[in-house]
Parts: sequence; structure tokens; C-alpha cells
Amino acid sequence: MTSDSRLEKVLAQGEFAVTSECGPPRGVDPDSIRDKGELLKDSVDVVNITDNQTSVVRMSSLSACVILKQLGIDPVLQMVTRDRNRIAIQSDILGAAALGFNNILCLSGDHQKFGDHGAAKNVYDLDSIHLIQTVKHMRDEGKFLGGDELKGVPRLFIGAAANPFADPFEFRVTRLAKKVAAGAQFIQTQCIFNIERFKTWMEQVRERGLHEKVHILGGVTPMKSIGMAKYMKNMVPGMDVPDELIERIKGVDKEKRAQEGIKIAIETIQQLKEIEGIHGVHIMAIEWEEMVPKIAEAAGLLPRPQVN
Amino acid sequence: MIIGEGKPIKDILFMIQNYSKVIVAGCRGCVTVCSAGGEKEVEVLSSALAMARENEDKPLEIKEVTLERQCDPEYLEQMRSYIDEYEAVVSIACGAGIQFMAEKYPKIPICPGINTNFIGVTEEQGVWSERCQACGNCKLHMTGGICPIARCSKSILNGPCGGSADGKCEIDPEVPCAWQLIIDNLKEQGRLDQLEVIIPLNDWTTSRDGGPRKIIREDLKL
Ligand code: SF4
Repeated sequence: MTSDSRLEKVLAQGEFAVTSECGPPRGVDPDSIRDKGELLKDSVDVVNITDNQTSVVRMSSLSACVILKQLGIDPVLQMVTRDRNRIAIQSDILGAAALGFNNILCLSGDHQKFGDHGAAKNVYDLDSIHLIQTVKHMRDEGKFLGGDELKGVPRLFIGAAANPFADPFEFRVTRLAKKVAAGAQFIQTQCIFNIERFKTWMEQVRERGLHEKVHILGGVTPMKSIGMAKYMKNMVPGMDVPDELIERIKGVDKEKRAQEGIKIAIETIQQLKEIEGIHGVHIMAIEWEEMVPKIAEAAGLLPRPQVN
Repeated sequence: MIIGEGKPIKDILFMIQNYSKVIVAGCRGCVTVCSAGGEKEVEVLSSALAMARENEDKPLEIKEVTLERQCDPEYLEQMRSYIDEYEAVVSIACGAGIQFMAEKYPKIPICPGINTNFIGVTEEQGVWSERCQACGNCKLHMTGGICPIARCSKSILNGPCGGSADGKCEIDPEVPCAWQLIIDNLKEQGRLDQLEVIIPLNDWTTSRDGGPRKIIREDLKL
């Protein structure tokens, strides 16, 4: 074991992992994190806390992770390279380990243009692959990037994201291979709405044997409404929402559409379970956390396994 | 070359509102080529300023001059004989030229008449785009001759990120994704294996992050 991560243990036991995430509030109220945490607690193995996602300022991921940890949840600290240079990143990694966090998800982050502070300067001293290398270097070599020895190493389970739906398609697996080579141990994918395209991507993943080197968790997001589906399709970078899916939701009565979205999510999980090399799911129920236990239950993912 | 763009006339009028005798100084270097600060632009800007001030009933006396280069002391020296007769200089050279003017003539206020935007190329008549960030550590041999530092919106050295769609960058469907261009180029040359290599984290000491930069060539010094 490289860490005390609950996720690492679940995966090592060969269990199908379930992860979820929540976004911190746009204010100082810790209860909003606690409420989401309580909803997710018994249905998932770990909970990601997003890091100023879509470049909208929120409570820091590190602080929100502390709040989750107090509830007995094993948090996944998401960290983007948009807002911090290598000095701040390494410093936060040390802090994360000192606070008892076991997981980190390494991301480059959405461009600040998407958020509410478009006039900000971005940092991008490192890219997401460098961030993976940095965590691994600190953990396994016991050294800072600058070369000095660490006094105590951060034992972190290292995650990264993969978007099988971004372009150029034929290069997405190469990029995954680079993340794995850099030290990624688990991957959470972009939301999967186009399962056929995802399967093709997984074929390429298996061709390169990557499914044996890294744990891939498929991203699943339930659609709440037609509006949300359209927004995801048109406004979110790198999202592939097929028209058939929108049509399917449109095909049911308005008050049943959310339910249809949940049904699709459950079917997606069932299909993911059948794909060789998929070791779990990452359920992103955006501001709809109360649905996660229902989805997990219906998809046969409960109860979550015990770990030592 | 260095690409610049004229500032809005009202901004320039605001900067010179308290002066009645100014020099408008152009440059025959890069800013002439990109039609932002050459002789023609000096003429156009001067008559626009004069006309606007005429309308305000606050006439402005303008001397028009276009130096060979504002980034070279020998050409800046040409203004020495008359500069004291004026209250301010509106320079429409690049940021380097404007500053060198200010440095050589510290007593007179210098007003920037253009914004200096980037190091770039002329894509076609009237269209310029960025190519270089002057990071001081060129890696173009690794990236298909396309610079990810200057041309990827996130300066990612191991792209493309998950936002690349249809060859375009996540920030704007009009902006090409630099990493798509890199991949296209390497594919064309049969060098896709290059993409398997992790380009290591960058050493920014040669970039502006290392502090203001200076080059001294002993072999060329007089
Ligand atoms: S879409 Fe391409 S150019 Fe834009 S940030 Fe991502 S990798 Fe860079």
C-alpha cells in the first residue's frame, strides 16, 4: 500500500469502487459540506472535493476536506495547477498529508475564462502530468522538486482525470499512458453519456495494457432535466452528450424526467460494470447529492465493503 | 516581430489633457510593419488629436517625428535638440521603445499611444497572431514547431487538456488548440512517438520569472 486510502484498499481487495464528489460552498458555511457529506457517507468509498471548479471561487478544497474528514469520510483532495505554482503546490501537499488526507486528484483545471474572475492571471507553472510526478516524487523519493530532503513523506494515493471524449480521440489513450507513466494510480473519467465511444476508448486502453496498471473509475452524472443535458452538451468543454440521450429524456413527461435521468445513470453503471478494466464508478451528482445513495443502491453497489 | 495596437483616442486625449505642445513619436521598426506606430500612424494620430482639441477650444501644437528605432540610443539622440521645447511625448513605439525614450529623456512625461500586445506574425493583411512568449528556453524541436507555452491557453507542456474539441481550444471556438496543431504536425512528419515523451516541468529562470533579463555579448561590446 502506498497510502492509508480507503479507495486504495477497496481497489486492492478487487472490489468495484464507488466514489463521489461535492463542490464546496461559495461562502463560509461549513454545514453545507457536512450536509452533503452525510448524504454520501455510507454509499461511497471516498468523496472528492472539487478545487474551484469551472474557475468559480469557492471555499478551498483543503478546508472542505477537513470538514469531511471530521465526519469520518476519507476525502480526495482535488488540486488544479491553474492557481498555484510549484511552491504552493508542494506546501499544500505537505499540509494535506499532515491533516491525514490520503488521496489527491491531479488536474490542470478549467481556464479562468469560464468562471467569475476572468480577469485573473493564471499560473500553470506545472501541468497535470507534472503534478502527478510531483506528488510521486515527494512520496517515493522523499524529496522536494528542488532536490532537498523532506522531513516525513506524504503518503498519498495519486489520482488523475481522463476525458475519453475530448479531441483528438486517437491521442486520448496516449495521454492516459503518460499520466500512468507519471505515477497516476487511479483515474476518474469525464462523465460518460456516450457509452459506445467510451467502450472504443477502453478497447484502446486494454490494447496498451493500461487497465492493468491503473484503476479506471467511470464517471457517471445523472441528468436532472433537458436544460441540464443541453447545458452539458453545449457549454461544458469536452462533454459528449448524444442527441438520443436528450431525446430519451424529452420522451417522458416533464415531472418524470429527473427519474429518467437517474434510470439512465443506473443503466450506465450496469454497463460499466461489464467492461473489462473498469474498477469502479465516480458518481458526480451535481448539487443533487441525495440521489447518490439511491443510484448506488439501485445499481447494486451497496453496502460498501469494509477495509482494514 | 512585436505587434501593437493603437490606444483609443479618448485615452490619449486624457493623458495629454494638461499639455498644449506635444511630440507624437513613431518608430520605423516592428510597429511600422504592423501599422500601429509608423510614420503614417503618426500623421493620422496627430491630426485626430489636433482636431479633437480644436473642438474643445484647447488647441494643441504637435511635432510629428518618426525615428528609425526607438529602442536604439543613437536614434533617440536625434530628439535631443528640440525635445525641451515640448511638454510631453506621445510615443507610439512598442513598450520597449516608449521606456527607452522615458529613460533617455527623464524630465519630460512620456505617454503611451499604443498597447504592445505580443511577439507574433502577419497571418494575412490586417491579421496578426501570437507565436512567442520569449521564455528564453526554446523547445520547438520537441513540439512540432508550435509553441505550447505561447499558444496553449494553459501553457501545458503535455497536452492537449480535456477541453480540446474539434481542433479548437476550450476558451473559444475561434482559437486553435495548440496541442491539436502539434499533433497534426508530428503526424504529418511521422513523429507521433514524440508525444509519448513527458516534457519535464519547465525551468522558468530564463523567462521573466527569473527577473528582468539582460544579455551581454562581450564579443560585440566596444
Ligand atoms: S484546449 Fe488545447 S490550447 Fe486550449 S488549454 Fe487545452 S490543450 Fe491548451
